[in-house]
Amino acid sequence: MSDYDLPDSLRYSIEDEWTRSDGKRVTIGVSDYAQQQLGDIVFVELPEVGRSFDKGDPFGVIESVKAVSDLFAPIGGEVVEVNQALTETPESVNEDCYGDGWMIVVEPSDPKEIDALLDRAGYAQHIKDRE
Amino acid sequence: MSELLTTPLHDIHVASGARMVPFAGYAMPVQYGSIKAEHASVREGVGLFDVSHMGQIHFSGAGAGAVLERLVSCPVASLRPGRVRYGLLCNEEGGVVDDVTVYRVSEDRLFLCVNASNIEKDWRWCVRHAADDAELANRSDSTALLALQGPGAEAALQAISEQPLAGLKNFRFVASRCVGHEVTISRTGYTGSDGFELYAPAEAAETLWRALVDAGASPCGLGARDTLRLEAALPLYGHELDDTTSPLEAGLDRFVKLDAGGFIGCDAIRARQRAGHERALVGFQLTERGVARADYPIAHRGNSVGVVTSGAPSPTLGKSIGLGYVPPALAKPGTEIEIIVRDKPIAALVVETPFVTKHSAK
Repeated sequence: MSDYDLPDSLRYSIEDEWTRSDGKRVTIGVSDYAQQQLGDIVFVELPEVGRSFDKGDPFGVIESVKAVSDLFAPIGGEVVEVNQALTETPESVNEDCYGDGWMIVVEPSDPKEIDALLDRAGYAQHIKDRE
Repeated sequence: MSELLTTPLHDIHVASGARMVPFAGYAMPVQYGSIKAEHASVREGVGLFDVSHMGQIHFSGAGAGAVLERLVSCPVASLRPGRVRYGLLCNEEGGVVDDVTVYRVSEDRLFLCVNASNIEKDWRWCVRHAADDAELANRSDSTALLALQGPGAEAALQAISEQPLAGLKNFRFVASRCVGHEVTISRTGYTGSDGFELYAPAEAAETLWRALVDAGASPCGLGARDTLRLEAALPLYGHELDDTTSPLEAGLDRFVKLDAGGFIGCDAIRARQRAGHERALVGFQLTERGVARADYPIAHRGNSVGVVTSGAPSPTLGKSIGLGYVPPALAKPGTEIEIIVRDKPIAALVVETPFVTKHSAK
C-alpha cells in the first residue's frame, strides 16, 4: 500500500499538501498519499482570488464519497489563481493530483515558510510514521 | 483498534488491502479500493460484502411465533416457513428499538437478523419479553453473514450452490450446501439490487468468501453498502431510525400491522398518529453543487425546519442525494428546501424515493 508518487521537485506539508514554487508564486495541491487516503473525490471548495491566508489556516474543503476534510494552507500568502476546473471535475485530484488536480496559486507572504516545508524524504518518513 | 471485535473474515480483508474502520464495535472494511467502483459492481455486476457483524437471535419452541408476533411490527402468524419479512422492534413509546428481518425456518423455529450496533440491546429486549414456551439463543458470534448483491449474484452463487436458485423469489430463503458447508441462502439485501444474503457457520466464512470471489464477485466495503442503501432509500438505524422515531414518521407504514395490533408499541404509534406527526422522512436531491451529510440542517425559505439523516453523492445518478426529516407540510415531492452546508444554503428538491429503482424485479 505504501506506493506513493512523491515528486522530488516538490515540498510537502504535514497536512499532505504539496507546493511547487517558481521563485515568485507557489502552486498548491494535495499529495498522492492524501488523494489515495481520501478515495473518490466528489467535491472541492476553493477560496476566491484575493483572499489571504496564514500558514495553517483552512483555505478550502475537499469531500470524498465518505468524508469532508479541510485543506490547510502550507504557507501564508494571497491567492492569485484558483483551479476553477475542479468544480466540474473534482476527480482530477484522484487522476492527476500534481497536474490537473492543482488547487490554488499563492504569492507567499514570507518565502522562508517554503524552506520550512518537508522535502520528499522527510514527507515519505512522515507518511510512514502514520501508517 | 485493539479492542475492536473482528469478523471471521478479518484476515482476508486485511490481506486484500481493505481500509479497516471501527463500526458498531467491529473492525470492518470500509473500502477495498474505490467506493464508486464497488458501488458500480453491485449495480452492474456482482459485489460481495462481509456483514458478519450483524446479529442473529434465534427463537424456538411452541411459543416462538407468538413471542415474535408481540415483539415485531410485521405479521408473524401468516409468515410461512422459508419466508422473510422486514419489521421493527418497537418500545412502549412507539419508538424503534431496531429494524430487523424475521425468518421463519419452521413452525416453531424463527430467527431475527439485527443491526450490529443493537445486538446487546435487542437481546435484552427479546429476553425481557419472551414467554416460558419459547427458547432464545444469541448466535451472532457463531454466524457469518455474507451479502452477494447485483444482477450477477444469481449466476455467481449458483456456481457454488447445490440448491437451484432461479426459482427463489425475493424475501424467501432455502437451505443449501455450498463448497462443503451448510448455508442458508436468503433472497434479500440492503442495496436495492437483486441479490442474496448467506448465513453460514463462522468457520465456513473464508471458504465461502474465496469461492464467491473466484465466481466473479468483487469485494465491497461498508462505504459502498451505505451509498447503495441510500439510493434505495433504505433506512439505517441510528440515522433514519432511533428509540424516539415512530415507524410511521419514517414512512414504514407497510411494515406495521396497525390494524391487527398486538405488538409492543402499537398503541403508542396509533396515539402519535392521531395526535399528528411533527415530521416526516423525505428524500431530496441537491440542485446546486455540494454534498449533504448527516446532521446538516434543512431550511425552508431561510427558516430551519429539519435535519439531514443521511447524505452522499449518488454514484448511479451523479447527483447529491439524501434523506432527512421535515414537517409533513414540506414532504411533498417538488417542494423546494435548502440544505445548510457549512453555513451556506444549498438548494434542494424533495423527490420521490427510492432514488434508484430495482431493475431486476423477481
